[in-house]
Amino acid sequence: MKSVIKGASYILAHTPDMVLHNGTTQTTERIVNPESDYLKELPNHLRTFDQALAYWPNQVYIGNKTPDELAAVAQPWYDKECDINARYGKFGQMMPQEEFLLLMQACDVFDLVKLDKEFVAAHKPALEQNEIMDDAILSRITEGVEKSVVEHFVNDEHAEPLYHNNVLVGCVVRAHDIDVNLSAHVMHENLVSKASSVLALLYAVKNAGIEKADVEYVIDCAEEACGDMNQRGGGNFAKAAAEIAALPNATGSDSRGFCAGPAHAIVEAAALVAAGAYKCVVVTAGGCTAKLGMNGKDHVKKGLPALEDMIGGFAVVITEDDGINPEFNLKILGRHTVGTGSAPQAVIGSLVTDPLERVGLKVTDIDKFSPEMQNPDITKPAGAGDVPLSNYKMIAALAVKKGDLQKADLATFPVKHGLTGWAPTQGHIPSGVPYIGFAREDILAGRVNRAMIIGKGSLFLGRMTNLFDGVSFVIQANTGAEKAPEAGVSEEQVKGLIAKAMKEFAATLLAQAE
Amino acid sequence: MDLENQKRVKEFTEQYGAENVVVLLGAAEGEASGLAAETVTNGDPTYAGPLTGVSLGLKVYHVCEEEVKAEFDEAVYDEQVSMMEMVLDVDDIAGEMSAIREQFCKY
Amino acid sequence: MSILNGKKVIIIGDRDGIPGPAIAACAESAGAEVVFSSTECFV
Repeated sequence: MKSVIKGASYILAHTPDMVLHNGTTQTTERIVNPESDYLKELPNHLRTFDQALAYWPNQVYIGNKTPDELAAVAQPWYDKECDINARYGKFGQMMPQEEFLLLMQACDVFDLVKLDKEFVAAHKPALEQNEIMDDAILSRITEGVEKSVVEHFVNDEHAEPLYHNNVLVGCVVRAHDIDVNLSAHVMHENLVSKASSVLALLYAVKNAGIEKADVEYVIDCAEEACGDMNQRGGGNFAKAAAEIAALPNATGSDSRGFCAGPAHAIVEAAALVAAGAYKCVVVTAGGCTAKLGMNGKDHVKKGLPALEDMIGGFAVVITEDDGINPEFNLKILGRHTVGTGSAPQAVIGSLVTDPLERVGLKVTDIDKFSPEMQNPDITKPAGAGDVPLSNYKMIAALAVKKGDLQKADLATFPVKHGLTGWAPTQGHIPSGVPYIGFAREDILAGRVNRAMIIGKGSLFLGRMTNLFDGVSFVIQANTGAEKAPEAGVSEEQVKGLIAKAMKEFAATLLAQAE
Repeated sequence: MDLENQKRVKEFTEQYGAENVVVLLGAAEGEASGLAAETVTNGDPTYAGPLTGVSLGLKVYHVCEEEVKAEFDEAVYDEQVSMMEMVLDVDDIAGEMSAIREQFCKY
Repeated sequence: MSILNGKKVIIIGDRDGIPGPAIAACAESAGAEVVFSSTECFV
């Protein structure tokens, strides 16, 4: 059986106050250098929601602009207003911070999120107007608590404060007095991840045109861990988010692999469906507060806005073949193995040329590659270069080495077979998957025949191994309904064969008896 | 540079003596190379890590610079790094690196 | 005079440039002793 991409969703939440209070660059600076100029200057670089809406890469992420349209806009982009500044797009939406804080509270089932009554009263009507919110979520919003209660938890109980426009509007309380895995900080991080995953799940169901009851399995592939001191990464974000998104028939599990996580999870989901284990699997991921403002020092130093102010999320719906939607070709799977090593050419070889060679294809047989789609507007000023472009140069260089590409075509390869990055630097969010929504459309429209999605992960950050990691897979135009096996044997024929064998066996026994 | 890495650079320099230590970088572009090189020579320019105000003056090279490349086994370099020369702006990196070395390297 | 032969080498690689282990292989081929190798990640 084949598995297909039924739909995808992409969502963002604009969380400027979390940049200041929860991003690790800032929390670290507050410890090592609390009086630093950077901490004083950063608030002046935060964007308003309107500025975030008018930011080109954000409009591409939620589907109102295409990667090609973005590529036609001269970099940098932070100083250019996009001509579309809608908060809703065909893939999802950009949620403002006040609504996101309410959504976090709706996603909390342990009474950990305490919001100021007045804040709830002021902003609940806005959430009620949100196009994707339904009663299942809205009915979970409580009326909130007195501000003095919030202040008590923050001042005396180690709660993680929640700010909006620099005003204390709530907090996340710790879920345990001693266990650091259930500390207010960790619960905040995990609730943000969960809430953004829920938002992505809601859009995924809508965009794929399926019923909530159709979803049988959810795989969460974010980079957070939930559990207590006896099972720190026990899980299960997937089922927790599915509960809030009201997917009654779903179970699920978490799959992890740093930034390569989404690519691993999608291969697993595609295989589960192809094997017939489940008919409909959704791969989902929420965003990461720790990475907010990760490269803020460079952005502030260069006079840029703090561009890393968006929490990202996505979800991909994978179902049985419908004869229409783009299908997975599970014969073309790239994998960085234990033996691959970390040399860049070996990494790209294992992910791109090796899997293609195994099925007799060339690099140029792939119309579009989607490696790590980090927004260069964010990474270039921070000294990480243009990550997607570097990947395309590496793929092209290897293609030349393999004889798949003429050296003269090196320069045009990134334009022809590549994409310009638009994803926020939220770790796992950029890694290959941001293109799946567009890829589905490009393939359905016949603009693209085959696309390769590449996820890469820095496993060494966990200090368990020095290894790098990555996997890749190919999605392609649907090759039509699968035919029933022609040379198959019918039930009648099987019965006939068995009867014949029995007769022969009986005859042998009789002969022996005589 | 990552704070933990700064700490390690400081510790190993104390252990082996600055004259015996060489730092090799693999940064993706010139400015980042220069900042890392500055960190291990003049001190952390971002005033965040253990090397803030610590001028180790270490010898520091980017792995793609001619000076060190000449000392590597050619086959090893070819297998491990060479393709990245088509990706990185090696001239820009080398320019940043030599500027920092001239200014701050003590060995 | 050799830069690397017989020296203690500290490696700060980059996920999006050259990773630590790839640099380590080069340094060892030049007769250096790698005492520390790390790979940074900005994304």
